Amino acid sequence: MTEVKLLVKGLADQHGRTMESLLPILQGIVHQQQHISEDAMVEVARELDISAAQVYGTATFYSFLHTKPLGKYVIRVCKTITCMMHGKNQVIQELETVLKVKLGETTHDGKFTLLETNCLGQCHKGPAMLINDEPYTELTPEKVRSIIMKYKQQEISAN
Amino acid sequence: MSDKVNLKIDNIAVSIKNGSTILEAAEKINVRIPTLCYHEDLCVAGNCRICVVEQTGSDRLLPACAMPVSEGMEIHTNSMKVRNARKQIVELLVSEHRADCTRCYKNGKCELQELSSEYIVGENGFIDLVAHKGYTIDNFSPSIIKDDSKCIRCQRCVRTCDQLQSISALTVAHKGESMKVSSFFDKPMFEVVCTNCGQCVNRCPTGALTEKTYLDEVWTALNSETKHTVVQTAPAVRIALGEALGMPVGEIVTGKMVSALRRLGFSSVLDTDFTADLTIIEEGNELLHRLKKVVKDKDTTVRLPLTTSCSPGWVKFIEHAFPEYLPNVSTAKSPQQMFGALAKTFYANKLKVDPENMVSISIMPCTAKKYEADRPEMRSSGFKDVDYVLTTRELALMIKQAGIDFASLPDDEYDSIMGESSGAAVIFGATGGVMEAALRTAYEVVTGREVPFEGLNITPVRGMDYIREATIKIENVLPEWDFLEGVELKTCVAHGLSNAKKVMEAVRDGKANYHFIEIMACPGGCLGGGGQPIPTSPAIRKKRSEAIYHEDELKPIRKSHENPEVIHLYEEFLKEPLGEVSHKLLHTHYTERNRY
Amino acid sequence: MKKNLQRLDLIFKNEHDTEAILRKTLDRSHDEVINDLISSGLKGRGGAGFPTGLKWKLAAEAQAEQKYVICNADEGEPGTFKDREILSSVPHKVLTGMAVCANIIGSTKGFIYLRSEYKFLKPQLLSVIDEFHKLLEVLNINFKVDIFMGSGAYICGEESALFESMEGKRGEPRNKPPFPTDFGYMGEPTVINNVETLAHTYSILKYGADKFKDLGIQDSRGSKVFSVSGDTPNPGIYELEFGMSLQKFVDDFGDGDSKAVQVGGASGFCVPRKKFVKTVIGYQGKLRGTSLPTGGSMMIFNSSRSMYNVLHNYLDFFVEESCGQCTPCRVGTQQLLLGIQAVKKGEQPSSYLDKLLVLAEAMRVTSKCGLGQSVANSFSSIVENFKEEMIY
Repeated sequence: MTEVKLLVKGLADQHGRTMESLLPILQGIVHQQQHISEDAMVEVARELDISAAQVYGTATFYSFLHTKPLGKYVIRVCKTITCMMHGKNQVIQELETVLKVKLGETTHDGKFTLLETNCLGQCHKGPAMLINDEPYTELTPEKVRSIIMKYKQQEISAN
Repeated sequence: MSDKVNLKIDNIAVSIKNGSTILEAAEKINVRIPTLCYHEDLCVAGNCRICVVEQTGSDRLLPACAMPVSEGMEIHTNSMKVRNARKQIVELLVSEHRADCTRCYKNGKCELQELSSEYIVGENGFIDLVAHKGYTIDNFSPSIIKDDSKCIRCQRCVRTCDQLQSISALTVAHKGESMKVSSFFDKPMFEVVCTNCGQCVNRCPTGALTEKTYLDEVWTALNSETKHTVVQTAPAVRIALGEALGMPVGEIVTGKMVSALRRLGFSSVLDTDFTADLTIIEEGNELLHRLKKVVKDKDTTVRLPLTTSCSPGWVKFIEHAFPEYLPNVSTAKSPQQMFGALAKTFYANKLKVDPENMVSISIMPCTAKKYEADRPEMRSSGFKDVDYVLTTRELALMIKQAGIDFASLPDDEYDSIMGESSGAAVIFGATGGVMEAALRTAYEVVTGREVPFEGLNITPVRGMDYIREATIKIENVLPEWDFLEGVELKTCVAHGLSNAKKVMEAVRDGKANYHFIEIMACPGGCLGGGGQPIPTSPAIRKKRSEAIYHEDELKPIRKSHENPEVIHLYEEFLKEPLGEVSHKLLHTHYTERNRY
Repeated sequence: MKKNLQRLDLIFKNEHDTEAILRKTLDRSHDEVINDLISSGLKGRGGAGFPTGLKWKLAAEAQAEQKYVICNADEGEPGTFKDREILSSVPHKVLTGMAVCANIIGSTKGFIYLRSEYKFLKPQLLSVIDEFHKLLEVLNINFKVDIFMGSGAYICGEESALFESMEGKRGEPRNKPPFPTDFGYMGEPTVINNVETLAHTYSILKYGADKFKDLGIQDSRGSKVFSVSGDTPNPGIYELEFGMSLQKFVDDFGDGDSKAVQVGGASGFCVPRKKFVKTVIGYQGKLRGTSLPTGGSMMIFNSSRSMYNVLHNYLDFFVEESCGQCTPCRVGTQQLLLGIQAVKKGEQPSSYLDKLLVLAEAMRVTSKCGLGQSVANSFSSIVENFKEEMIY
């Protein structure tokens, strides 16, 4: 069995094979692979005995379920009003400089993807961002730089 | 609690069954409420909002299609608030729709166009959204064209594909401004599990889903001096073509259709019904052959139940969804393809026409037939057996283009050799018809007697119930069929692929023990096919069905094996059912396709 | 001298009486508890304001084998972050409310639908739920709570969209009726309450309905947790009494230069300075008039802010977050956004804004769900009050 087949089968064993398991399974795939590939969706369709298009329809509805490959660390900067008012654009500029990517892109080493997202529910501490599940608030360009440095160092020591 | 609810619509009192919707209540008193996403065949979506009405005392408007009636309700369908809101909705829909009406295939037949003319959507509309979206047209499929720029997101197609056909090749993807009707990963329809049944085309209110048309190719062939054009007409076309030309639903127009085809310039006007009779001989014999192998020879390699193979939507469905059951599908080609293979061999030879110069055209109630004709297996004559497939709708368009006043045409007869047919062939157009035709022949072959049903009408397999079962006890058989003595032949008929799926699951799970299954991909069978006149509804399909069975009764010959031209064909050309020539020209094989 | 609004400490009070509350509830009749809730005047704190006691009563009366209790923690309204705070500091109060509800309506299964943006809360929540399950076992209450994670869709905060999402589908709101108390998750009777609402039931069960009812005004009883953000020296979470005037709120939280407050998030209303005095925060006079409901979002803008930019940002949000199924919301939001851009650029005359106001009204009365019906509120209130900022 291919890796993705095993992954999806494992998730289906864990969450069940009914429609209610669809989101948990898709979330599980994203947790492992950052995105849901075509192959993964076909496997999900097979496990749940639904059409692949239905899996696609559900997956594309949710902004945290990506269908294109993303980096190991997905940075989502809140673009909603109060974060915007408090300097979200400067934060993004700094991230673009530090990571050498534009918004929506992934770094060449496949480590970081820079995205914008809708309200993170941290409006009193904006600008805010998530790196994978972890929230970072009251961001400034300086703070952002040191957060990214921390992740980069973590990656280096992991290797 | 009373099961009736009393309410007022536009100050008219109406009493209706509890649980009914406002729309149904309004229909009852002939108050028309405009709808778009609503379709009788489908579940209520309530998403287009064009059907909103005002309830006294309620600030917000209510969707008539989705809102149940309640006691004492006062509904206004034509208040200023309602009119203003509806106009806004129409204007919004027009703004996201490529309103290139004069260039549109559905011009004059578009429900949005009708509404925008009714609500006088003028020049001062909203900003055109189409310009802001990178729309593409998917025209890779030989059957269906999908043009997203004309889609108004009513989701009728999605519900059709899911509920009626249980395929879900189409889905809704993304959300907000990006929300669209999409296939898996937005791949071309040609590459996904689409069966080309065209039921989505039948229900699309705009030009977002249409059949791929081959009118130009056919006109070119008709106008060519060197080409001999052979046209065949499917059973269900003759009872529906009139609808598309302004005649009442359920009018039988066989003779006028033949006249019109001659006027259009087809060299030979022949009948798919002829090969429908032939299909019965081949498929009926296949059934008997399999029964013999299974019952008498205890041959475990031969599969039962046997399923029909005339519906190309069904064939592609089983190739995708139940490939392990492909050996159960009759190897007999569909009547269209049997016709095509014979046209460019037997018939060309008779007429002394070089098959290379023959253009074989079929008129079908079906969009999947376009795909079927394109299958690589369908070249047993050495040429493409059927060159072009036109739908009933396309033929109607040709007749209009030619300036023919259809209603005043005289009745005419098909050309001979491949134009004669029995009543058994006509009923191929209705769900259960193939089964009935096969039983009329097979029973007689085995027992030497006619089927034991009054007037040859095997009513248990008729009707519009989604899945119908019938058991026929075979008794007092002819000596060579002694192994069938006392056997109860179990048959099943299903129409609509969601019902086909249920039947096949029952077979797979060992819950059903059939010998022979007839499946038609479309609701009602071919009479409700994806190439038939729009609109479609249960009532329309019922009328078409009545016309088909009426046509059967009018036929002097009611049984396929009594068709003299078929008998002659065997004597002269095929020699015997399931014989060598048949094998080469009239039988085919199937291909497993991707399940998802 | 600035006089601060009184800060209340009901919701966030550090108290742990779950066991006592549950024992007490088990001893009382279901009707008693429901009547307590009804007489407290507690209404849904997600913004829609349906009386909580009545909701529980309807679900209790529904006949079904399986019923569900769902805590709606899909807090996605821009400017709202109170539920996150409640779930991180007093989750046991929310769980207590769920268990009491389950006991009353006859449910054995509960879910917290947690938005994916709050996934970092999950580990801590799970351990609280574990502890809670142990207590329920001791008390012999058959009720289990699971966390269901959202995946990034604002509309899933709409209750029927939330059910669809849990059922593995696109989070598209359903037609209503039927309502959740008859036909909710999996088609079964379901009580779905906002995080804050459930936390309030804890206080009501502990201190009694009267204590809760003493707070607030007329139809808007009790305290409310507000999420304060924008141009304020003191952004954050505040529990305040219902029924305050917006002027008092701005005096307390503004930076001295407040020109507008957006009450109720991006789908709420924008109130300009001249209307601060006569605007009251509460449910009464819902939508029209001088009193405004809110899920608790209060965004303050000072005079340095362009209201065009504010509106643009809101519309950007809705253009993406509309589920897209119904015409007025899907197309209407796009038209409002393109429309204000076109007017700003001079591609459309300023009178085009009047056409859009007519559209906004049609969106309000024809949309399928609560979001669609309120999505144009910010447009209407900002354009009506700051028209010149839209044009020049």
